[in-house]
Amino acid sequence: MHRAEPSYLTEGSTLASWLTTHDHKRIAILYAVAITFFFFLGGIAAALIRLELATPHGDLMSADTYNKTFTFHGVVMVWFFLIPSIPNTLGNFLLPLMIGARDVAFPRLNLFSWYLYLLGGLFTVTCLLLGGVDTGWTFYTPFSTLFSNTHVVLAVVGVFIVGFSSILTGLNFIVTIHTLRTKGMTWFRLPLFVWSMYGVSLVMMLATPVLAMTLSLLAIERLTGVGIFDPSLGGDPLLFQHFFWFYSHPAVYIMVLPSMGVVSELITASVRRKIFGYRFMVYSIIGIAVVGFLVWGHHMFVAGQSMYASIVFSILSFIIAVPSAIKVFNWTATLYKGDITFGAPMIYALGFVGLFMLGGLTGLFLAATALDVNLTDTYFVVAHFHYIMVGGAVMAYLGGIHFWWPKITGRLYSEGWARFAAILMFLGFNLTFFPQFLAGAEGMPRRYYRYPDEYALLNVLSSAGAVLLAASYLLPVGYLLWSLRFGERAGPDPWGAKGLEWETASPPPPHNFERPPVVTDGPYAYVHP
Amino acid sequence: MSATMPEPAQPFDDLAQQHEAAQLGMWAFLATEILFFGVLFTGYTVMRVLWPDAFVAGSRHTDLPLGAIETGVLLTSSFTAAWALQAVKRSRPREAGWLLLFTATMGVAFLGIHGAEYRHDDLAGVIPGIRYDEVGDDAPHEALFFVLYYVTTGFHALHVLIGVGLLCVLARLAFRGDFLPGNHAPLEVGTLYWHLVDIVWIFVFPLYYQVGRA
Ligand code: HEM
Ligand SMILES: [Cu+2]
Repeated sequence: MHRAEPSYLTEGSTLASWLTTHDHKRIAILYAVAITFFFFLGGIAAALIRLELATPHGDLMSADTYNKTFTFHGVVMVWFFLIPSIPNTLGNFLLPLMIGARDVAFPRLNLFSWYLYLLGGLFTVTCLLLGGVDTGWTFYTPFSTLFSNTHVVLAVVGVFIVGFSSILTGLNFIVTIHTLRTKGMTWFRLPLFVWSMYGVSLVMMLATPVLAMTLSLLAIERLTGVGIFDPSLGGDPLLFQHFFWFYSHPAVYIMVLPSMGVVSELITASVRRKIFGYRFMVYSIIGIAVVGFLVWGHHMFVAGQSMYASIVFSILSFIIAVPSAIKVFNWTATLYKGDITFGAPMIYALGFVGLFMLGGLTGLFLAATALDVNLTDTYFVVAHFHYIMVGGAVMAYLGGIHFWWPKITGRLYSEGWARFAAILMFLGFNLTFFPQFLAGAEGMPRRYYRYPDEYALLNVLSSAGAVLLAASYLLPVGYLLWSLRFGERAGPDPWGAKGLEWETASPPPPHNFERPPVVTDGPYAYVHP
Repeated sequence: MSATMPEPAQPFDDLAQQHEAAQLGMWAFLATEILFFGVLFTGYTVMRVLWPDAFVAGSRHTDLPLGAIETGVLLTSSFTAAWALQAVKRSRPREAGWLLLFTATMGVAFLGIHGAEYRHDDLAGVIPGIRYDEVGDDAPHEALFFVLYYVTTGFHALHVLIGVGLLCVLARLAFRGDFLPGNHAPLEVGTLYWHLVDIVWIFVFPLYYQVGRA
């Protein structure tokens, strides 16, 4: 038997040693476990939704239950999966390693954020057990304050708490990147994943407080019957929408910036070439983070804002496509004439690029005011955001998990199964969501539990795709867990990748490096130019 | 020197680095706080543009003299907090301890006066949702003023309360001699927080007490 080196995993094996740890790597694992749980919880709701929509009649659940199901699905997927997934798992694990630090700047605060996440989750699950909420994940007033007789306050408190968890994580990352870079790790030597964590942390820190206060006002309004969103008192429900989207549009970038960071790492490592246009990649991350704050109004073209506001928001929304396009061009240029290895991480990364592009291009349809008036609140929108969020963010998350799995666990998984799952996910995804573009373009509205017969074919296709998609989410759970016990040992750098995280043992020792590394070169120092 | 210097916390190489991190962390936190209150101030602006008369009527109910006293109390406390930091830098930790206790007392005084104001409002019947006796065309919109007033001052008071606790802890550390001229990150961070509490109030006072009263 090979005796394992002392690592962060062997540092203590009791449950208490995990629940009180200050090690960023262990906290990353705690997050991974909790987030996976919520992902499957949200997934069950998705399955129920698709099952209901497999036939045109409302034969599985009532309209009321359907509303609660898609609300729960949306709330869980957005706040308990998409927003924390990459930053809190991969980010927590990799950020200190990639900059050559021993830990994040505030390790206790890091653990505290995890407990906040759990507490928020507890509220949300309690809310579900007591009967759920039917407002949709956007909690629009005045429905949420005056009319809904479900557990709005409980749900809102859950989201409020989990919001603080992400504020604190963002703050921790920002301070870590500013103060704990090792000798020689200048700003323009940071890996793009670290830059993306920087961008996302800024957005989390500056957008989430707005959501927190807005939801507080909503709760106060609901509890006391007086408030500034209540139109019967002269309050302004549109103000709620402005505040909500001031957070929630940037939140979309909270979901996609980290994915872009991951994909950049996966692509260079699989092509074994420097990333093309490193500096432009950095500027585009910052550009997305900043412009992301200026486009929220495109969610309100039909809500009654002034035409001039709509025009401005429309133009700004087109502008934000530019930095995203730069990223896609640079990834493509990196691939050009490269010597590509199609491992599972690469398949996920390419899947991301394709789906993100389709999601992004359809976003331009929606940013054009004239088209949006037709498409808003149809399945076209549902397809659009699933392409970005599920096709984009979930693909990148899984790609990242596969890429860094040997580093995190010290084991290799079965390549064959992993490639199979990645391809299945791409196919299943397109079968699920592409028909929704068509249904939406033909006018099928969202948030209805039954529909006219003529949409039946498209919906059956979509539900069938969801089965494949579900299988492709379950498969990795199987072979990854299998690898923990039976997988081959990985060694420090199984992919021959560059970056400080590959220079230490797999799994890394408790304090990351035997002695602090010194950086003398830019990132991605592969031999090929 | 090194015998009395504490070790830096685990992720840091030295105290200077730790100090820098603590300060940056606090500034980042203050940025989030400003956005947090920013929602309320934006809400105020929008509502005030929509219902100017009701907002003027509402602000007549707040107690200008008491508000002015509260402003004075907070400004004084901010001053003594800054003074405490200077005292530590000049190696006078006990003086700093007393100054911090004084600052905390001013915080408590502020909360006391504000409590009195709330009590006053309750008697006057201007707390929407609890007791609201205003009548007339503007009354419903005036309620919007009061909602914003209570939410803003309520969140502010919560921050004061947390700050008072923080100041007491800092005072204890100061008396124990934990702060040295070159090593006082917690004190610096704590006083920074207290200044924020003060600054938020500097916006609250004109918006809710002075507007439309000239
Ligand atoms: C397994 C595949 C999935 C299927 C079949 C699915 C299906 C659906 C459907 C049918 C809706 C309701 C649309 C409506 O009527 O407005 C919906 C909403 C939504 N889904 Fe999914 N979904 C899936 C996965 C995900 C994932 C993985 C995420 C996030 C990571 C996600 C995020 C959302 C959000 C945010 C909403 C909006 C909820 C709302 O309107 O309140 N979905 N999904
Ligand atoms: Cu948007």
